[in-house]
Amino acid sequence: MFLRSLYTGILFLFMGLMVKAQSIEVCSDCAVNSLAKGIAMAKAGDTLLVQKGVYKEYNLLVDKPLTILGKDLPVIDGEDKGEVIRVVADSVEIDGLLIRNVGTSYTSDHAAIRIVRSKDFRIRNVVLEKLFFGIFIEKSTHGEILNNRISGDAENEYSSGNGIHLWYSDHIRVTDNKVEGVRDGIYLEFSHHVNIFNNISTDNLRYGLHFMFSNNDSYRNNVFRNNGAGVAVMFSKEIEMIDNRFEKNWGTASFGLLLKEINDAVIKGNTFEQNTVGINIEGSNRIVYEGNDFIRNGWALKVLGACYTNTFTKNNFLSNSFDLSYNSRMNDNSFHKNYWSDYTGYDLDEDGIGDVPYRPVKLFSYIVNNTPETIILLRSLFVDIIDFSEKVSPVFTPDNLLDNAPLIRRRK
Amino acid sequence: MLKILKYSFFDLVRSRWSYVYLLFYLLIGYVLLFLNHDLSKAVITLMNIIVILVPLIGTIFGIMYYYNSREFTELLLAQPVKRMSVFLGQYLGVALSLSLSLLIGLGLPFISYGLFQSDAVWEFGLLLVNGTFLTLIFTALAFNIAMINENRIKGFSYAILMWLFLAVIYDGIFLMSLVVFGEYPLDNFSIIATMLNPIDLSRILILLKLDISALLGYTGAIFQKFFGTHTGVLLSMTILTLWVALPVYNIYRKSLKKDF
Amino acid sequence: MIRIENLYKRFGRNEVLKGIDLQIESPGIYAVLGPNGSGKTTLIKSILGMVIPDKGEIFFKGNDISKSPDYRNDIDYLPQIANFPANLTVKEIFSMIKDLRGGQASDQELMAAFGLSPFMDKRLNTLSGGTKQKVNIVLSLMFNSKLIILDEPTTGLDPVALIRLKELLLQEKAAGKTILITTHIMQFVEEMADEIVFLLEGKIHFRGSVNGLKERTHTSNFEKAIAQTLTHHYA
Repeated sequence: MFLRSLYTGILFLFMGLMVKAQSIEVCSDCAVNSLAKGIAMAKAGDTLLVQKGVYKEYNLLVDKPLTILGKDLPVIDGEDKGEVIRVVADSVEIDGLLIRNVGTSYTSDHAAIRIVRSKDFRIRNVVLEKLFFGIFIEKSTHGEILNNRISGDAENEYSSGNGIHLWYSDHIRVTDNKVEGVRDGIYLEFSHHVNIFNNISTDNLRYGLHFMFSNNDSYRNNVFRNNGAGVAVMFSKEIEMIDNRFEKNWGTASFGLLLKEINDAVIKGNTFEQNTVGINIEGSNRIVYEGNDFIRNGWALKVLGACYTNTFTKNNFLSNSFDLSYNSRMNDNSFHKNYWSDYTGYDLDEDGIGDVPYRPVKLFSYIVNNTPETIILLRSLFVDIIDFSEKVSPVFTPDNLLDNAPLIRRRK
Repeated sequence: MLKILKYSFFDLVRSRWSYVYLLFYLLIGYVLLFLNHDLSKAVITLMNIIVILVPLIGTIFGIMYYYNSREFTELLLAQPVKRMSVFLGQYLGVALSLSLSLLIGLGLPFISYGLFQSDAVWEFGLLLVNGTFLTLIFTALAFNIAMINENRIKGFSYAILMWLFLAVIYDGIFLMSLVVFGEYPLDNFSIIATMLNPIDLSRILILLKLDISALLGYTGAIFQKFFGTHTGVLLSMTILTLWVALPVYNIYRKSLKKDF
Repeated sequence: MIRIENLYKRFGRNEVLKGIDLQIESPGIYAVLGPNGSGKTTLIKSILGMVIPDKGEIFFKGNDISKSPDYRNDIDYLPQIANFPANLTVKEIFSMIKDLRGGQASDQELMAAFGLSPFMDKRLNTLSGGTKQKVNIVLSLMFNSKLIILDEPTTGLDPVALIRLKELLLQEKAAGKTILITTHIMQFVEEMADEIVFLLEGKIHFRGSVNGLKERTHTSNFEKAIAQTLTHHYA
């Protein structure tokens, strides 16, 4: 924040003292009839006012601080020839353009807008269609990606790119964007202190949101719906995941949220509804799961491999086919004061907490882990009978895995 | 046939057992809703009850009615009506009066708790359709058993055994064979084994609605096709219809040859 | 009216009818007699189409009965045991049977004759055995059919009702009907029957009048004649 205002201050100083910022109009009938001409003519700090129309241009290089402002959503058509806009200067703002037909390539990652080694960029109100990569941020910091609409028509993973792609980029705000039909909606690799708020990422081929080796990031109030496999958070630490919705991520290897080698994260107030797996947890430690709603998922939680010192408190588990599945007999995680809709105990002292502990792992989930076809016997009376006998005397499931204080009423 | 159906139906809807059955469902419906306040959850609990109890009640009612109305059947057979009409009329009388108890007994509590304003309405509808199918199937199976066995005690035991087998033992064997032969591709086997048991079949129909998220987690392509598209629902419905048609046809066939 | 040709029927290993040929043309009361298991009920049920013969044919008014159930419009049948749907009322069971058969029914007079009127709105499971039998008799006699078949009609009747039944049968006979009765009460046979058909081990052992049987066995007592027939046969 400080840095950015400093830069802005310097910019104003620069503009005020040296040159007066100009506005250059670009339109099909104007003297300046292409963006390329406009950029070439402009001086640092100028505004390019692009009027409504279709501009067939690609490989546009922005190498000075500029504001490119579209009036009534002008169209930049890349005609599938390659990258459309590349920014290599600080303080560039791109606002209100529709960019389409970005060239697909198997050797280079063509993007509609690429920011390279720059600071203080701002991309907003941009609409991207028929793209390969959408917004590609490379080794850049302190930028804003705001209120953009990205809709691709990705059909397979190898010939599609990501909607918003951050690579070695820190302190970026990604807010109010809508991404659909690409490979990964939003992708972060080696990117830290990134805030991802209020985005909607749906119908993407792979993940709605994907973290790799990125730390201290936060995402809140986003919606991830009907993506190939939900949200994946891998090899990262101290990520905040708060108040998001993960919905209808259905399929064989599909989940609302995948945690792989994640430490010290906070997962609070999220809703996981109708996913094949709500959260798939692999080798993740010291994570706080609090106040989340798991509604009608196949498996609310699937815990694989060694996971230590995770705490699950005040979550609602509502009508999931399985609340929890473990693939080992060891348990080092604690479950406390959650509401389990399958709980059948009683509360004689009426303190709102069940007097009998709840065992969230059923024998049948253990059987399904080993022989997946048996899923077809879900809710059969026979299965209920063996689940009951396992509940009475656990043989296959960890016997210290229980919620000692299950809530009687659903947490509001 | 319609005349016989009419009088069997009159007879049955006035019998004490129909009221007991109706009250039982009313009670279950209200108790479930009172305890849960949540229609969707009540529907899930109800499913477990319906899939097991409806076949049991259909079986017991079917077999009792057949044996108890033996002499009446003789009286009817001496009338100028076709044999088929006598048996099918009685069968439909039992099956329809049971279905009616089910529909009213569960329908009333749920409607009074605002079913139509809830999104559980389709699931509940499916549940009732299933319950009706199961009633038709198990009453027909019970009639079949009763027609083959003159001895009531034998017939009654076979009927209960049949229910126990289809409701519990079958799934036990099914589960064991899946676990034992886990290394082989079992998609087709699983689907066929499900089709061969009407209780499993109606359970699957409900799963397709309630647990689709979990079902789609399985990797097999055949499962994916079965569960992921409308194939599953259509196929299940068709086979359920067959499950009604075949025993009913057998009642018809047996009725032509049976001596009294 | 009835022609039975070469009728065979077995239940499992038990051969019940072994080639019955019987023709009944003229009106009158015919008693079908025989020891237990001789095939009386099976014969009657074959005529009614309730038992399906293994071999042989039965003609009613010249038509093969296996072709259509309509011939039963002309037969009144009184089954041995009366058991009706428990929760229907007497009135409903009457209307049901009338419904099934159509045609004219003289149920009102018969009900009056057997004193059933007070029971019309009672459910059938509340009636006593005798009253049920009366309902049964009215049900089977209320249609004006040419052939009347009665299987053990005297069971459970009080003396007054028995007298009514006899009067009724004589009345029907006078109206030119054919009446087929099975019974164990020899006095009833002797009093009522014009002809007896005596079955033994699935075959017709004797057919003729009561007096004919007496003459054949040289006894003047009908019961003794029957007993002697049996002992003679098994001796």
